[in-house]
Amino acid sequence: MDISQVLFYALSAMALGSAIMVVISRNPVHSVLWLIITFFAISGHYILMNAQFLGIVNLIVYAGAIMVLFLFVIMLMNLNAETEPQKNKWLKLAGVVAGGCLLLVLVAALKQAEVKGKVAMLETGDIGLIRNLGKALFTDFVVPFEISSILFLSAMVGAVVIGKK
Amino acid sequence: MFSLETITNSIQQWLYSTFNPTMALILECAIVMLLVIGLFAVLGLVLVLMERKVAARMQIRLGPNRVGPRGMLQTAADTLKLMMKEGLTPDGADKFLFNLAPFIVMIAAMLIMAPIAFAKGFQIWDINIGVLYVSAVSSVSVIGILMAGWASNNKYSLLGAMRSGAQIVSYELSAGLSIISIVVLAGSLQVSDIIASQQTGWWLFRGHIPALIAFVIFIIAVTAETNRAPFDLAEAESELTAGFHTEYSGMRFALFFLAEYINIFIVCAIGATLFLGGWMPLHIGNWDDFNRIMDYIPSSLWFLGKTFCLIFLIMWFRWTFPRLRVDQLLSLEWKYLLPISMFNLLLITLIAIMGWHF
Repeated sequence: MDISQVLFYALSAMALGSAIMVVISRNPVHSVLWLIITFFAISGHYILMNAQFLGIVNLIVYAGAIMVLFLFVIMLMNLNAETEPQKNKWLKLAGVVAGGCLLLVLVAALKQAEVKGKVAMLETGDIGLIRNLGKALFTDFVVPFEISSILFLSAMVGAVVIGKK
Repeated sequence: MFSLETITNSIQQWLYSTFNPTMALILECAIVMLLVIGLFAVLGLVLVLMERKVAARMQIRLGPNRVGPRGMLQTAADTLKLMMKEGLTPDGADKFLFNLAPFIVMIAAMLIMAPIAFAKGFQIWDINIGVLYVSAVSSVSVIGILMAGWASNNKYSLLGAMRSGAQIVSYELSAGLSIISIVVLAGSLQVSDIIASQQTGWWLFRGHIPALIAFVIFIIAVTAETNRAPFDLAEAESELTAGFHTEYSGMRFALFFLAEYINIFIVCAIGATLFLGGWMPLHIGNWDDFNRIMDYIPSSLWFLGKTFCLIFLIMWFRWTFPRLRVDQLLSLEWKYLLPISMFNLLLITLIAIMGWHF
């Protein structure tokens, strides 16, 4: 096993372990912190695949901005075990059923997908580098790219309008 | 001539000839870690002493002058005192997060060291998106600060952490935009390329007035990002005791304190790299004799000199301006700095496309 394989397994274990901890930890602040660790592990995977730009953008957008906003809200809401409302038993059961259905669909979809013969290109792929990514976005995918930026703009305008109220 | 590049190259050659590649890589990582930790300790001692001396000069006092020659060992003595002190953990605190937070802040500061070029060919990791890496990792330290404030289970700490988070998240935008304006001029995100593009002159001068505006905005934004006066609302002593590190004592308090000063060093090093040419000596047009004399000064000295000039500037701010209110702080960023830096970025793009810089 060479060093990138060791890193791959370590990062995967970290991502999966902390993702499980997001779900099972009782304190919402701990959940958010575990989620941040998950994002770090995924960024590590991007860097292993020579997509440094994607990895860093993942950190800036998710770990740096969105998760900080999550932390803000959750910390100010003062969620303790005492103040948490007790959920209905049937609601919990419905949640388990819905989650199980999602799992079933995902497993079925993964069985269909051909992942056996495909190996991730370690340290050789170059689509994640900023020059190639920018060229691809502004030539081949320019329409979806612009549409998503309009979506962001409308979300921004909406946020400002709600904030003004 | 003395050069750090030859030393690092010979060490690397020796490591790779004696050990197998994996072992050599691990040993190199260990050496780098030791060097970074050593640099942190030295920087902490020097910067705190510098701050106290500068403050004393500005207020016509003497400053520390008892321990060692001219008070040079004052901060070493202070560190020793902090290490001897007991680290208390409050009863209602979230113990694990409370103890983890100072280390997160420290580790974030350490990670930013990676792409900084300290001298010619003396850089830990010349990643191809170096500048973006810096802004990504610096946003991680917010998480450490929020953790510290929340885990302390103290309203002053929580308020301080919230203020600090809001401040860092908003000022990151203008700092990022002014960094991007230099990236547009240099045409690369890699730190070594950005420095190499300043061979004939620093971007501060070559980019005309827009580069100057970007520089001023960068300095304001990083002063706010490092939570320093006049933007030190996060630890406003008169309102919040000490902000997010109210409950910390002993060595864990020292880690927060150290991280603050390391962050000042890092942002000033980034500013020196982007706007003042990093380790590149000052060259003026075709004054060949002048340029040759400047080349004799080692590149590490150029880098440290520029960085410490910027650090002095930021320390000067602290004793010059009164503290802002929260609403003033946020309106300064969102209503003035951000629109100005966006418009400025457009101007700089125009300059870069038309090739008006010299």
